[in-house]
Amino acid sequence: MDNVQKTGIGDVCPSKKDKLELSEVRERLSEARGPQYWRTLDELAQTPEFAEMLHREFPKHASEWTDKSSRRDFMKIMGASMALAGLSACTKQPLEPIVPYVKQPNNQLLGKPLFYATAMPLGVYGTGLLVESHEGRPTKIEGNPQHPSSLGGTDVFNQASVLTMYDPDRSQVNTYLGETRSWPEVLSSLRGSIEAEKAKQGVGLRVLSGATSSPSFVAQMQQLLKTYPQVKWYQWEAVNRDNVYAGAELAFGQPLETTYDFSKAKVVLSLDADFLSSGFPGFHKYTREFSRRRRPELKEEMLRFYAVESAPTNTAAKADHRLHLKASEVEAFARALASALGVAQVGGEFKEDQKKFASALVKDLQANRGTALVLAGDAQTPATHALAHAINGALGAAGKTVSYSEPVDPFAATSKVEQLRQLTAEMNSGKVDMLVVLNTNPVYDAPADIDFLSALNKVGLRIHLGLYQDETAKYCHWHLSGTHYLEQWGDTRSFDGTVSFIQPLISPLYSGHSESELIEFLTNEDEATSYALTQRYWQSQHSGADFKSWWDRSLHDGFVAGSASPAKPVTASAKTALPAITAAASGLEIIFRRDATIFDGRFANNGWLQETPKPMNQVCWDNPVLMSVATAKRLNLKSEDEVELELNGRKVKAALWLTPGHPDDAITVTLGYGREKAGRVGSGIGFSAYKLRASNALWNAGGVRVRATGEHYGLASPQGHQMMEGRAIVRAATLEEFIKTPGFAHEMVEAPPPGLTMYQPYEYKEHKWGMAIDLNSCVGCKTCTVACQAENNIAVVGKDQVKRGRHMNWLRIDNYHEGSPENPNTYFQPVPCMQCENAPCEVVCPVTATVHSSEGLNDMVYNRCVGTRYCSNNCPYKVRRFNFLLFSDFDTPQLKFQRNPEVSVRSRGVMEKCTYCIQRITHARIDAEEENRKVRDGEVMTACQQACPAEAIVFGDLNDSGSRVSKLKASQRNYGLLEELNTRPRTTYLAAVRNPNPELES
Amino acid sequence: MEQAPETKASATLERLLPGQAPVLTPGHTLETITDKIVSIVLRRPVTLGWLGGFAFFFGLLNLMLFAMAYLFYRGVGIWGINIPVGWGFAIVNFVWWVGIGHAGTLISAILLLLKQGWRNSINRFAEAMTLFAVACAGVFPLIHTGRPWLAYWLFPYPNTMGVWPQFRSPLLWDVFAVSTYATISALFWFVGLIPDLATFRDTATNPVAKTIYGLLAMGWRGSARHWKRYESAYILLAGLATPLVLSVHTVVSFDFAISILPGWHTTVFPPYFVAGAIYSGFAMVLVLAIPIRRFYGVQDMMTLRHLDNAAKVMLGTGLIVAYGYTMEAFYAYYSGNAYELFMFKNRLLGPMAWSYWCLILFNILIPQVLWIRKVRLNPAMLFVTSLVILLGMWLERFVIVVTSLHRDFLPSSWGMYVATRWDYAVFAGTLGLFFSAMFLFVRLMPMITIFEMRLLLPQAKLSEEVAAHD
Amino acid sequence: MTESVLHGVVAEFITPDELVSACKKAYAAGYRRMDAYTPFPLEEVADAIGFEKTRVPLLTLAGGILGGLSGFFLQYWVHTSAYPVNVGGRPLNSWPSFVIITFEMTILFAGIAAVVGMLTLNGLPQPYHPIFNHPRFTAASRDRFFLCIEAADPKFDLEQTTHFLEATDAVDVAEVTD
Repeated sequence: MDNVQKTGIGDVCPSKKDKLELSEVRERLSEARGPQYWRTLDELAQTPEFAEMLHREFPKHASEWTDKSSRRDFMKIMGASMALAGLSACTKQPLEPIVPYVKQPNNQLLGKPLFYATAMPLGVYGTGLLVESHEGRPTKIEGNPQHPSSLGGTDVFNQASVLTMYDPDRSQVNTYLGETRSWPEVLSSLRGSIEAEKAKQGVGLRVLSGATSSPSFVAQMQQLLKTYPQVKWYQWEAVNRDNVYAGAELAFGQPLETTYDFSKAKVVLSLDADFLSSGFPGFHKYTREFSRRRRPELKEEMLRFYAVESAPTNTAAKADHRLHLKASEVEAFARALASALGVAQVGGEFKEDQKKFASALVKDLQANRGTALVLAGDAQTPATHALAHAINGALGAAGKTVSYSEPVDPFAATSKVEQLRQLTAEMNSGKVDMLVVLNTNPVYDAPADIDFLSALNKVGLRIHLGLYQDETAKYCHWHLSGTHYLEQWGDTRSFDGTVSFIQPLISPLYSGHSESELIEFLTNEDEATSYALTQRYWQSQHSGADFKSWWDRSLHDGFVAGSASPAKPVTASAKTALPAITAAASGLEIIFRRDATIFDGRFANNGWLQETPKPMNQVCWDNPVLMSVATAKRLNLKSEDEVELELNGRKVKAALWLTPGHPDDAITVTLGYGREKAGRVGSGIGFSAYKLRASNALWNAGGVRVRATGEHYGLASPQGHQMMEGRAIVRAATLEEFIKTPGFAHEMVEAPPPGLTMYQPYEYKEHKWGMAIDLNSCVGCKTCTVACQAENNIAVVGKDQVKRGRHMNWLRIDNYHEGSPENPNTYFQPVPCMQCENAPCEVVCPVTATVHSSEGLNDMVYNRCVGTRYCSNNCPYKVRRFNFLLFSDFDTPQLKFQRNPEVSVRSRGVMEKCTYCIQRITHARIDAEEENRKVRDGEVMTACQQACPAEAIVFGDLNDSGSRVSKLKASQRNYGLLEELNTRPRTTYLAAVRNPNPELES
Repeated sequence: MEQAPETKASATLERLLPGQAPVLTPGHTLETITDKIVSIVLRRPVTLGWLGGFAFFFGLLNLMLFAMAYLFYRGVGIWGINIPVGWGFAIVNFVWWVGIGHAGTLISAILLLLKQGWRNSINRFAEAMTLFAVACAGVFPLIHTGRPWLAYWLFPYPNTMGVWPQFRSPLLWDVFAVSTYATISALFWFVGLIPDLATFRDTATNPVAKTIYGLLAMGWRGSARHWKRYESAYILLAGLATPLVLSVHTVVSFDFAISILPGWHTTVFPPYFVAGAIYSGFAMVLVLAIPIRRFYGVQDMMTLRHLDNAAKVMLGTGLIVAYGYTMEAFYAYYSGNAYELFMFKNRLLGPMAWSYWCLILFNILIPQVLWIRKVRLNPAMLFVTSLVILLGMWLERFVIVVTSLHRDFLPSSWGMYVATRWDYAVFAGTLGLFFSAMFLFVRLMPMITIFEMRLLLPQAKLSEEVAAHD
Repeated sequence: MTESVLHGVVAEFITPDELVSACKKAYAAGYRRMDAYTPFPLEEVADAIGFEKTRVPLLTLAGGILGGLSGFFLQYWVHTSAYPVNVGGRPLNSWPSFVIITFEMTILFAGIAAVVGMLTLNGLPQPYHPIFNHPRFTAASRDRFFLCIEAADPKFDLEQTTHFLEATDAVDVAEVTD
């Protein structure tokens, strides 16, 4: 625990004179001011009485942590202490000048949030963001509209990252063998070993970090390597893009970054590429362009999308035609396709059942030279990538829909697996006597056949720096508490190479230190801050005297304009001999994929992400084994059976979940679960797929054995039923039908005409808020759900409560499958509150706790609600959420700091629901009144709308006929959900339109 | 059981209830009736059986108190309810108990107006039963709210915030209907007690008892003027209670009928809820009457005639209920509304079909045995049938509340409902409350209306000549 | 007891017939301030002693009307002036939904009026009444019938009245003092 918190604990215990008392601590702190304030704490931490106090107290909480309730008390105490010690730090700005996003009022006005541009690195790639800050507390992440990697959109990881920053389970202190050490102590005790290494030119020193594209950090490392010529720097990412670069190597003779331009594409083929799901480099941009090209109003110009997929993804769900193959069969298909297109004779024949699909596809691709686009998935073989490049080249896509550039990852040349293997070998051979692990967790996520742990234990001095006391930290002598990107300075590059700056929104919450600071110390034994280091680097890069203004400008924008890596005019030489095709896996195939919500496991302790249902199967809080219905029937298994997976003698237990559209004779598992030391949220749930994952088969392997243990393994899924039961819920048609009858959506159900009422309808004079959701644009990525949770302080309820049907998300995305379970069409439907004008919920409330506002909002008055739940029963959309127990955490101080101060936190026994982000509406209204004007269209963006990378959600004033929402509602695709009930929903949907190839429709 | 009209006694009976078995075995006099009923309370010693039974149900009552304490501490999340199934056992029990509460007032009021002399010996404890049932029912609307400490917000009172209840909500109608019903039933019951309490006052030997009954009797002295006003008030109350008793379950049924939920939004609900209420009410009357008449040897006052009539009422209302079910099915089909249709299919074949089929068996099929006279006149079989009907009526409410909610408009929100041990604890607890109250009642109050029983006596009638000449 | 005021003379009967005819005689004889006591309601007795009208029904009607009006106007006032909000797009004065509570209030007030009215008119609760001094009066709540001609009656004269009552089928005639 953090030394300062200890001081808090201090006041729990009897104060004898020889012991340090809290009052004294406070005194010493109060003397301290400004920068040296922190040093005071550190010095304090070194006084013997203080150390004594720690030891006196430590065992106490050690025991405290074992049971849940007392853990809460513990958090209370900790909170108190933080407040006392003045480290309720969240309200203090970093000491360095950070530049606000001036589009917002840049003078700190109490109650007025400020926005700062920064960037979130995820592995190699960064996303440009704007972060909302309330009195110095970052509370909400938004996309940076100017930033090419965001265009204003975000993904689930961006949205949830703010919670990770405040995570009370983050490591809050540096430890040596479990004992607290202050930063100065750390440095002084490390000095010795560093000197020793210096003498040996660092022959025994190795650095293992996660993949990074940070120019300043890379420069720093190179400097380190200069100072210690013998030092080696390795990188490890469990979810890496080795195959992408290897594929480029095959095709072009050099690793290249491939970026796509959907805005120019007309026919797209995905070879198991999951480009519409969070975490895919360029997701934000691709999703934006893709959904724009999918507007049925484009008529014949509308983009057509073919997907060859293994594991079911929300990307393929958007496809007009899908081919479900085992992951290992995709390469064969690609070869056959290449041959069929006459790109290259690389063997491979279409299977019988693929021929129809393939021939239509081939025709379509050939018919659209220059506007065709073929993507290969990160998890596909290098050969598949090479073929994709070749095909794109042959179809004249290169330079149009596809462009190539220098890899964003400066170390693309050697694969991450190779690097990890080398390091392990070196450690085993005893070459390594000092290992520095930076923000990566190989003990947990190394491939099963690389025994990293035992190798690690051979190293004399092991230093770990990271956000958590994770599995790797457990086996290191030193753990240094790291900094979250919202707490540190730095830079990163996005999928197109654009350099983005990382500005801290707050100084380190748990007084952690960035990796750059540690490396700087290793190199020069000097204590420069991440700010100094970043600035120093860019100063050295910037030619010209106007550095200051350039620096401010870049910080303000969040990125360096025009720093995207230039396109390389290369042509794929498919002639290069491809490696012999890897034979399709024999027997049952296991497919490994990154998890849709917790990625490779680094977000395992993030409650928001854990409770976000996985886009395709709507399961949360676990990673089930996905299997097709047919295969399950053959093995006579059913959903929620506990199964034991066995691959090359390695075994794990997991829950089974039947998934429509899953290829037969294969199972899919996602990485990132089964953490042991993730924290209170993420530890001990699901199973670790890494235990089965071999370095030579990172993404799929044959010959897995599945055996039912006979146990039942319950899974939590907020949506148990994914069929429409023949109801016109999601209304969809083919492009043909749409062109023939644009109003098809209205012919499905007869809705009562507006005038049909005996009552005098209410008038909404000022504003008349409404929302339109384009089902064609929505890609089901769930970003809106998380954004809503962050904006509206929505509680996390945990697996058990979700299983009982008590999840709290105000905005859910429903999945509906239509057609055969082998190859269903899947539709995504975001469902917020419909804000009905004739709201059924209001009429039945006995205490007037839910009523209509003058602007037509269906307001929920929390403090008037007595909790009869009648409103929910009478809500046909079931969008109301009830606090059956005390779900909100009122104790943990950090979580309080994260909350949106403009949204009340709901207590037990109260109904809640979507408010159309009324706090944002009010903000806009006030601003408008101040400037004595009307609220402009687009001035109010709901959290979900702002987060959506696909622009699927549009909110605005229906009284303003010029507003985007009014225009959309005028569209003939526009329909109200269950409008036949005459609830008159303000939220309406634009019907989905698929663009199938007529050849394949029959 | 034909009674030859020789004696003056049976002649009177004949006049009262032509061609029927007697409601009061001949041979009683004003004296004997009084003594018999009074002695049950004032002279009969407390038996082990009574103590045992009371202890058992009092235990259940305490279980409820415990369950409620935990409920208030943790929140309604300890129950099985969820979204979509926002209402569970609590509302089911509420409707069930209110239904049972109907028999009392019905017997006292409607049968009084219909001059059904036979009611006189069962109306008193039927009314008591009503009161206790309504009390049990009253527990639930309060505790099922998320914030029970604020439940008083449902009452219209001028509060500082200037906020008022929402009178369009059926829940508010409930508040008024049930509280009115409780008040009127209590008045009716107490007014009926006054003359008997006077009798107790005058008969009791134990000074404490004498004082207490004396206070309760309020100085009643059976003056002709008193009786005149008394009778008039009593009849008026009956007149008021009659529409009231019919309205209460109608209003309760509005909780469902007013909503837009398939399976709730049904016009047939009011009549068939009322019928169902009387159905279960009479079942409970028999469940109580049959043991009581046996243990307290009052077969001569609660005769087979009473059982027979009650059984006939059950048969009749049971058939109305059956008609209700048929109509639901018919509307589901005839409306052509996809949601209605699905709702009904789901009841028949869905994951909760068991509850529907049990309901049909218990509420419709088994009670048909009541057509057989032998069964109607056989206390044991009647007792069992009544229990079955009570269970069936509980299931009816379960089917209506839960199976309609768990699968409504959007399949994405479909869910399941599984009751937790706390649901059962509270339900069992109300049974405890109900029966322990009943146990106390039979020991402390005249469970048979003495003065009305006297009216059944031939002696109570004026000879023609006196009555006639004026 | 010292110097006790006479309340009246009480005759005890065994059958209602005897009581009723006695009452009729007494009324015919011009007695007015008298009262009969019976263990169960007997219409004829009240008629016989000339007590024919009761105001209970009137009170009940008044209570009902009051309840109904207050019930409806409470709701009307609340939703149209005290707290007028748009609820589910329904008009402020949604009178159809007000009907039920109006009805309930009518019944409630009427019922209370009936009972309270009956008790007050009967002067109950009334712990003490001279008639209780009659040694065998407890039988009045069991199986005996009593007729009491009160001393307050203008025609009352201890001797005559006693004689008059003895002339009926009374099994016993006694004086009752306050």
